[in-house]
Amino acid sequence: MDFDQSEDRRMLAETLSRYLSDRYDIAARNAVAYDAPYHSPDRWAEMAELGILHALVDEDHGGMGGSGFDIATVFEELGRALCPEPILPALMGLRLLAAAGAELDPVLAGTDQIAVAIGEPEAPWDLDALETRARKAGDGWVLTGRKSVVYGGHVAGRLLVAAKTDAGLGLFEVLARDAEITPYGMIDGGGAAEVFLDATPARLLIADATEAIEAALNAGRVALCAEAVGAMDATKDLLLDYLRTRQQFGRPIGSFQALQHRAVDLVTEIEQARSITILAADALDGPEAGRRAAMAKNLIGRAARLVAEEAIQMHGGIAMTWEAAVSHYGKRLVMIDAQLGDTDFHLTRVMEGLQA
Amino acid sequence: MDLQFTEEELAFHEEVRAFLAADLPQDLAAKVRRSDTLSKADHDRWHAILNARGWLATTWPEEFGGPGWSPVQRHIFEEESARAHAPRTVPFGLAMLGPVLIRFGSKAQQAEYLPRILDGADWWCQGYSEPGAGSDLASLRTRAVREGDHYIVNGQKTWTTLGQHANRIFCLVRTDAQVKPQAGISFLLIDLDTPGIEMRPIKLIEGGHEVNEVFFTDVKVPVENLVGEENSGWTIAKFLLTHERTNIAGTGFSTQAFEEVKSLARARRVNGRRLIDDPLYAARLAQVEIDLEAMKITNLRMLARAQKTGQPGVESSMLKIKGTVIRQELNDLARRALGPAAAPFPAEALAGNAAVAPEEHRADAARYFNNRKLSIFGGSNEIQRNILTKALLEL
Repeated sequence: MDFDQSEDRRMLAETLSRYLSDRYDIAARNAVAYDAPYHSPDRWAEMAELGILHALVDEDHGGMGGSGFDIATVFEELGRALCPEPILPALMGLRLLAAAGAELDPVLAGTDQIAVAIGEPEAPWDLDALETRARKAGDGWVLTGRKSVVYGGHVAGRLLVAAKTDAGLGLFEVLARDAEITPYGMIDGGGAAEVFLDATPARLLIADATEAIEAALNAGRVALCAEAVGAMDATKDLLLDYLRTRQQFGRPIGSFQALQHRAVDLVTEIEQARSITILAADALDGPEAGRRAAMAKNLIGRAARLVAEEAIQMHGGIAMTWEAAVSHYGKRLVMIDAQLGDTDFHLTRVMEGLQA
Repeated sequence: MDLQFTEEELAFHEEVRAFLAADLPQDLAAKVRRSDTLSKADHDRWHAILNARGWLATTWPEEFGGPGWSPVQRHIFEEESARAHAPRTVPFGLAMLGPVLIRFGSKAQQAEYLPRILDGADWWCQGYSEPGAGSDLASLRTRAVREGDHYIVNGQKTWTTLGQHANRIFCLVRTDAQVKPQAGISFLLIDLDTPGIEMRPIKLIEGGHEVNEVFFTDVKVPVENLVGEENSGWTIAKFLLTHERTNIAGTGFSTQAFEEVKSLARARRVNGRRLIDDPLYAARLAQVEIDLEAMKITNLRMLARAQKTGQPGVESSMLKIKGTVIRQELNDLARRALGPAAAPFPAEALAGNAAVAPEEHRADAARYFNNRKLSIFGGSNEIQRNILTKALLEL
């Protein structure tokens, strides 16, 4: 039993952390995150150069990592810095391309940006409820339907799209220029897009893709959990610092027990969040991956919202301003829950395990 | 990062399982399973079995008769013992006084008392809390006044757990009232046969007799029964609070409780369906399962740190808070699973054909009420938050 990071991952975390604090501090981040194109092409290229994408892929597919703990290491640092670069869609896309036996190198190099289009307006998370249809047309396929809140869809050249066929759920590649795409920014920074498909030409990557898509979703969930842990740690530091320094009634507000006990509960929940993320990362490539990811995403959803709301409340009025860093952390922490299944969606999955 | 036990730890795990399967008396396990009150003879019997194996005083160094286990080994032993429904060992001599004597006691005290804890000759109880000194323990007022070779003790202690079985009590007493409260406290060992001591039972919320109050009137205690220096008792009390907090999360008990609630909810039919198929109930159970899974890892992370640094750290306060809240939630889910069948009291009154709850669940309501204590004793959860505040905020 050992809960320390390996030397390799510690170096990866240090490299990424140093890079982000040098080049992507909160002011730089805010300047990028809320205006089109909602990320920085320069920073993206530099991070690819640093090998961040390689860390998300195993050696057999040209990467240098790819385990749950490699993913968690990268995303914890991204979360700590509130990085808006579309690395989550790259992670999930790389997993799907690897499952399809497709070429990964251009994506790993950062030159070919991809997005994963699964969720729909009436089926944000449930694969069984998807309605986008694929049908054969000549030698290829065409897709019809709407994919909603496609993270990374605002910059991707290629989309990996889940669509129903007569045989089940297939995975297709669509070139962004063939689809109708409406890009937009997000309340918590970064960008996404609505993708409209109307007999849009597509290439079949995986005919029976449910398993591959679930695996990519689970990797994405572990990444989001780790991102939340990093963002919660950073929020905790902001909060404890504020409690120590902010003076009211002639003393630091951290001397008031009404705030002390709430701060302690928040820190306790962060440790629980870290623990469940470790559990999910450890299970990622095994038979328990789905269940552990569901447990983690549920706990993270609860903890992240608690941390966000309590940190804002204890900061008081200043947290209501755009200028305060805690407001941006708070937004990200709350909105992470809406990605890849929220607390209720995942609680239902865990419940079904108890009922079966 | 590696969540697996080592080969040696896995082998130890098997050894513990085999021991429990062979040596834990089934009638004792059945009593624990039903939450029956254990007699002194029950406790003594289990202690003797563990002592014969050398596994009784799990936190003591080998030179004093402990097994020399690592924190991880202790954890494995505690988890497996809970799973097997072994009785909890009585902590007052083994986990509390023993480590105090090993750290602060004289050679003579160690030689006299430690073997008697192991062989069951002495049953110790704890004299810390007083009616006016609960969370604010340092305000205690039981006085010990030196007269020649004796202290004369006057005052009252309370919440003395299982004192009805004890022949000795270790007490915090005030030996100096002129200094700040923490600086005037001493740690005394007192023979309960001494004239002037009266122990009275306290009937608890669920009707049980678990704790007592102890009255001291001009009780003569030999000065050699002082542990450590006079007026150094607070240091010893703090040592006890921050040290030897293995199993504070109680993950073994909670895991067991979770499995039992799950079985109950799957077996029990309510209003035309299995209780587990009620989505509101299942959601509550699923959420506590998730919290428990996370806490198991939190517990292991802190164990791994304790193993590496030799220090349990203040994080044990987090485990105490989270562990007690989870166990209480599970107790609540068990009680609620029974619906009105949880209420007949005493539960034993409805036996045989008239029984409304499965035998191993008939005490679930009593256990729910009794376990409200978990977040109160051993430093209430609010006191734990104060401890964590000091470490976190450094104000």
